[in-house]
Formats: sequence, C-alpha cells, structure tokens
Amino acid sequence: MHITGHLASGPGFVPPSTSDFKLPSIIGHSDYTTKPVFLVFFSVIAISLFFILASRKAAVVPSKLQFAGESIYSFVRKDLGQEIIGAGFLDYVPFLFTLFVFVLVNNLFGIIPFIQFPTMSHVSFPYVLAIFTFVIFHAVGIKRQGLVKYLKGIAFLPGVPKFAYILLTPIEIATYFLIRPVTLSLRLFANMFAGHLLLLVFIGGGDYMLHDSHLFMKILSPFSFGFGIVMTFFEFMVQCLQAYIITLLSALFIAGALVDEH
Amino acid sequence: MHGTLNLVGYGLSAIGPAIATGLIFAAYINGVARQPESRNVLQPIAFLGFALAEALALFGLVLAFVLK
Repeated sequence: MHITGHLASGPGFVPPSTSDFKLPSIIGHSDYTTKPVFLVFFSVIAISLFFILASRKAAVVPSKLQFAGESIYSFVRKDLGQEIIGAGFLDYVPFLFTLFVFVLVNNLFGIIPFIQFPTMSHVSFPYVLAIFTFVIFHAVGIKRQGLVKYLKGIAFLPGVPKFAYILLTPIEIATYFLIRPVTLSLRLFANMFAGHLLLLVFIGGGDYMLHDSHLFMKILSPFSFGFGIVMTFFEFMVQCLQAYIITLLSALFIAGALVDEH
Repeated sequence: MHGTLNLVGYGLSAIGPAIATGLIFAAYINGVARQPESRNVLQPIAFLGFALAEALALFGLVLAFVLK
C-alpha cells in the first residue's frame, strides 16, 4: 500500500529504505497505536485461541486441530527442551514454547496476505524478548549455583592458566552480559528487516516496471513479481528458522547456566 | 546514478559470513553422511554455528543502513 504512494511521488525508481518501516498510527497520533503494536495483540489472541481450541477436547485419538497443536508442542519439548537442557527441562518448556510460538506467528505475519508486516522488524520487540531470556538464564544460574559461584564461573573459566584471565575475563563478562542479549535480539530483528526489505524491492520493482511507459519494462515486470513470490517462500523458511534459532539459543543459555562447570 | 558506497562495503563484508556458513553446513553434511545417527547431536551445533556466523552478516546489514 505504502509502496505505490512512495513510488508515485518520485521521478524514478525509489528503492525501499528504512522509512518504509515507519508506519502511520492507526488511532490518533501515538507511537503506541501503530500496526506492529496491534499485530502483537492480535498474535497473542490468535495463539491463545488456537491452543485453547486445540487442547480443549483432548482425546487419546486426537482430532486434526489437537494433532497440530500437539506436534508444535512436542517439537519444542523434545527437540529443544529434552535434547538441549536435559534433566529438569520441564520447568523451562513453558517459556521456550511461548517464545517459539510467539516469534513464529509474529514472523509469519510478514508473508500472510493483508497483514504482510513482520512485527519483529521493529527492533523494540526483539529487545523485550532478549530481556526475558537474559533475566531467565541469569536467574536460573544464580538460583542453581548461588550468586558468587555463578559469577565466578562466568568470569574465571576453570582449567585456564592464570595469565590468560587478563584476556579471558573481560571477554567472558562481555559475552554473558552484553553480547548474548544483543545478538539474540539483533539477529531476529535484522533477519525480519532484511526479509521485508527484500520483498519490497521485488514487488515494488515489479509495480514500478508495470507502470513504466516502455513496453519492454512492462513485459519484464512479471519476472520481478515472480521472483517476489519465490522470495516469499524463501522468507517462510527464514521465518521458521529464526523462530527455531531464538528458542534454540535461549535453551542453550539456560542449559549453560544449569551446569556447574562452564 | 546515485547511491551509497555503504552497500558496496556491505557486499564485501558479507563474503566472510557467506564462506563461514558454507563451511559450517559442509561440515554438518559430511558428519551426517559419515554417521547418520549423529544427526540429532549435530543439528543444534550446526544451527548454532550458522546463527553466530550469520549474525556478523546481519550486523553489517544494519550498519550499512545506520551509518550515513
């Protein structure tokens, strides 16, 4: 929608930029009533409804809906919980499952027709998710090992010669308290941002070529649209992969905090 | 024609993570081909390595937009 308006104003093809992500507010003139904010609320309602309906009439022989809900749950529980965290993984499955489904649905908004905006392409949302993971894995580590022992385990790797601590200690502290949460959120954000931009390039480009005066350009425009469709499927893969990766990394961080030796 | 050299720089900087990602999945495929049972063990490791290498490329992408 905003692509065509964007293009009509300029003389030539204006490539999509960061300004395409600044959507106008739907109600009033507030930063809190823009499309991504409503999408987050919508996703929460949709996910809740889906899983309430899927688990309401739980039976030994599952219905199609129950089967769909249970396959997602068992994927997170087995492949991400049991395989990675190991003993005592059940405590963390609710968090991992919520994180996975929330990120997955919000990513898929990027390619669902008429919605077509990945919520996570606004960096504030991944930041919040990273803060959740950050607080949880540190809390787990402190609860399991005690504050002093946990911090000592992070700062002073066991089995390392003494002089190496000059180099290792700052790196380890930066890794645990800065790099981990920042990369966790930026990875998700940048993937969704780049993916949405990619789709804007091909579909906006196709639209531009279709409205160009040269016949040659008009003939070539379906190729741009076609590539846009191919990229949509590619995006679908990336969106599922990113939901998997953020959950995998969260599980790995929790697993790392659970073991005594780092 | 105008544009910004940032994107050329980003293109160059993406070579590194691209090679890294290729190496990671090559090693993963090799491992699974030699020992198919190791798939479950190798999969999270491969994706973790992929995520770490890919993060570098994405930082470059963000910086290409941020730095004017």
